[in-house]
Amino acid sequence: MSTPDLRKSDSTTSSPVPAPSPVDAPARTRAGTLVLGRLRALGGPLAGLILLVILLSVLSPYFLRAQNLSNIISQVSDIGIMAAGATLVILVGGIDLSVAAVLALTMMFSAWLFANVHLPWGLSMILGLAMGALIGLINGILTTYGRVQAFVATLATMSAASGFTLFITDGNTINGFPSWFDKFFNLKPGGIPLVGILLVVVYLVIGFWLKYRPGGRALYAIGGNEEVARLSGLPVKWSKTRVYMIAGALAAVAGWIDIAQLDSAAPTAGTGYLLNVIAVVVIGGASLAGGVGTMGGTFIGLLIIGVLNNGLSLLHVNSNLQPVVVGIVILAAVLSDRGGIRARGA
Amino acid sequence: MADLGSTAGRALVCSDVTKDYAGIVVLRGVSFDVPAGGVVGLIGENGAGKSTLCNIIAGTVPPSSGTMTLDGETYVPSNPHDALTQGVALIHQEIRMVPSLTVAENIFLGRLPMKGGRVDRRRMNDEAGDVLRGLGIGLDPRRQVVGLSMASQQSIEIAKAISRRPRYVIFDEPSASLTQHETDRVLEQIGRMRSTGVGVIYISHRLDEVQAVCTKIVCLRDGNLVRSWDGDPAVAGGVARVPSGELVSAMVGRDFTFEHHAPAAHTEDVVLQVQGLGRKGAFADVNFTVSRGEILGIAGLVGAGRTEVVRTIAGADRADTGTITLHGAPLTVRRPADAIRAGIVMVPEDRKGQGLNLGLTSAENVVGPWEADMARTAPLITRRMVGRTAAKARQDFDIRGRMDGPVVRLSGGNQQKVLLAKWLVKEPQVLILDEPTRGVDVGAKMAIYEIIRSAAARGVAVIVVSSELEEVLGLSHRVLVMSNGRQRGILPRAQADARTVMELAVPVGSRV
Repeated sequence: MSTPDLRKSDSTTSSPVPAPSPVDAPARTRAGTLVLGRLRALGGPLAGLILLVILLSVLSPYFLRAQNLSNIISQVSDIGIMAAGATLVILVGGIDLSVAAVLALTMMFSAWLFANVHLPWGLSMILGLAMGALIGLINGILTTYGRVQAFVATLATMSAASGFTLFITDGNTINGFPSWFDKFFNLKPGGIPLVGILLVVVYLVIGFWLKYRPGGRALYAIGGNEEVARLSGLPVKWSKTRVYMIAGALAAVAGWIDIAQLDSAAPTAGTGYLLNVIAVVVIGGASLAGGVGTMGGTFIGLLIIGVLNNGLSLLHVNSNLQPVVVGIVILAAVLSDRGGIRARGA
Repeated sequence: MADLGSTAGRALVCSDVTKDYAGIVVLRGVSFDVPAGGVVGLIGENGAGKSTLCNIIAGTVPPSSGTMTLDGETYVPSNPHDALTQGVALIHQEIRMVPSLTVAENIFLGRLPMKGGRVDRRRMNDEAGDVLRGLGIGLDPRRQVVGLSMASQQSIEIAKAISRRPRYVIFDEPSASLTQHETDRVLEQIGRMRSTGVGVIYISHRLDEVQAVCTKIVCLRDGNLVRSWDGDPAVAGGVARVPSGELVSAMVGRDFTFEHHAPAAHTEDVVLQVQGLGRKGAFADVNFTVSRGEILGIAGLVGAGRTEVVRTIAGADRADTGTITLHGAPLTVRRPADAIRAGIVMVPEDRKGQGLNLGLTSAENVVGPWEADMARTAPLITRRMVGRTAAKARQDFDIRGRMDGPVVRLSGGNQQKVLLAKWLVKEPQVLILDEPTRGVDVGAKMAIYEIIRSAAARGVAVIVVSSELEEVLGLSHRVLVMSNGRQRGILPRAQADARTVMELAVPVGSRV
């Protein structure tokens, strides 16, 4: 819509530059405005996280201890890696319900290759990753070329993946993975858990892709208006398919972490993850309508969920009530987001 | 059908109806009346105010000033439902059916007859059957709407309106999507309604229909009622003897305000050649060439297939037949990306739905199609690179407003300039513009004409589709006229006047 006031002021301003804009802003304040701008973009969720941290550090003497913070990161790393993929899917206006089932399937598939086919564990891991990407490819093809709604397509693959997961080992758990594997994933260089570093690296790489590379930037255009994106010559179908593949592959990576942390692969792994993954993305400011969302936002959403669950445990809140709190936080995040701040990396 | 008894003296009367939107007058003091049992044909060019007038009568929008009376009583409909209750029904151009419901259910949607807390299906089907038979429609009321032809669905719309027993019915271009045979049936139904004392307003671009069915014709132009012809109110086609040429003159005969300076001469170096292009159900056998520096206008009425033709060339839709040749080499265009890569770009008519991504900034919209190209020379697309391109676009196209702010915050004219910039920051071979000045103010309009002319002067082959005749005539070297999905001719600038173009554009006599 045209804003009459805006137009009037523009047409009456004799200066060719009506307002200082970052486009032609001088270099002196660039660093400052960038940091500020980015913080402002994250807005509500970040303020909520800071508030939560302050509150918990006052309420519990254990909260700010290094060991506790390290625990939080370890606990959320698998959800966090899946949420990175889910952010991309939601960004293009899709949804991936199969992500937790894919985690379980790739875990059991890798474990089965290792224990029953006697492939080396490293190779089994890679094949599990490929399996995750393959299911993502199926999701992508169904939703783009097949024109099946993402909700329905991934509901179907979720069901199928869950079935296969149980079928592979007849519902049994597999143990006895090489010791280098869980040692590696439980490393803590400089006191920071390796999985936390992996998590941050995944977010940085994807965030960088979304911000600086055409393939990533196109996701905003596609999620914002698919027809405009198509008419602009962007590879809409391939972009969407690729995003589902990334989500599937990342679910497999999260599966590695789960195996390492439990030292076993159980077909029941990932139960209850799906809703947490979506919650993290939504709390992080992404819109299920597509076109809005950032990796920074999702990361903050992840920390909110992680800190919240950890804090509630420290405060001895009944664990059954924790999902209630999560529900309230989701609503609070979405309602505060509607207040005006649209998280959006430019 | 209800017999409304004596028609004597009953009429729907509009007196001095005016409508303006934020100071822009779209209807100026229109007065006319629809006698009971009469059919008034409403004609005029696109944008003449026909739809606005109907929307006012049907209660969709209130008039800014003026009064209406219905059979002698003051008539102030507060909304379409209120209008319906008072006896005025509007039959929309586009069909709004619930395909999964039955014919009868659609007819009685929202007011299903009830008995004992349940839908009285027998009564509903009986009454629907009566209405359908009364209109000569042989449809089973218990059948699902899904799978019925457009004409049948149109008939159900009519039945739906009739079942409310209106005293006056407005048809907004009912024949736009119908074949000749189907249209004849609609006209026949109008005749039956007339005979029971219903007053009808009939809007159509097809003058032959208007002449055949109407007892009176009213012509709107630029929001003014410019002329009306009275026939015998008792005879359908009472105005049949009014010559089509006279109607066309009344529709277009304005003083041209468009600046008529001839465009710069163009070369004979053919850039784009289209041969035998066709798409099923949209258009067929379109042939033309556009040379370097030439502006080819495409004129025609709404629904003539103009947009469909250019969309196909730009890869938005796929052609079923024909070839597209660029610089003498055949070009396969399956998707927009193919056309863009070859240098054929299109500014679509629907700026908000197809042109701009409203969630993004102006700068992001401008660079959107070119990011992959940019990434080939510099691996990272930085805010600075985007900003540089945007700043240049802002200067070149005189975009007033921030490029790094949401594009929605700009005025319509500036949004349109952003859209033009998006497709001109990289010089195209062929620039297609579909309604390039829709919804922009006069100042921006002139600026956009200048952008188009200078693109042509630089050697771009330009195609302009516009419903504004003066725009097409003022800009183009040649004008291609379409009607009913067919190319009716290409007029050189010297021969392209409003009258000649309209005569080709208006389907007169039998249809192709």
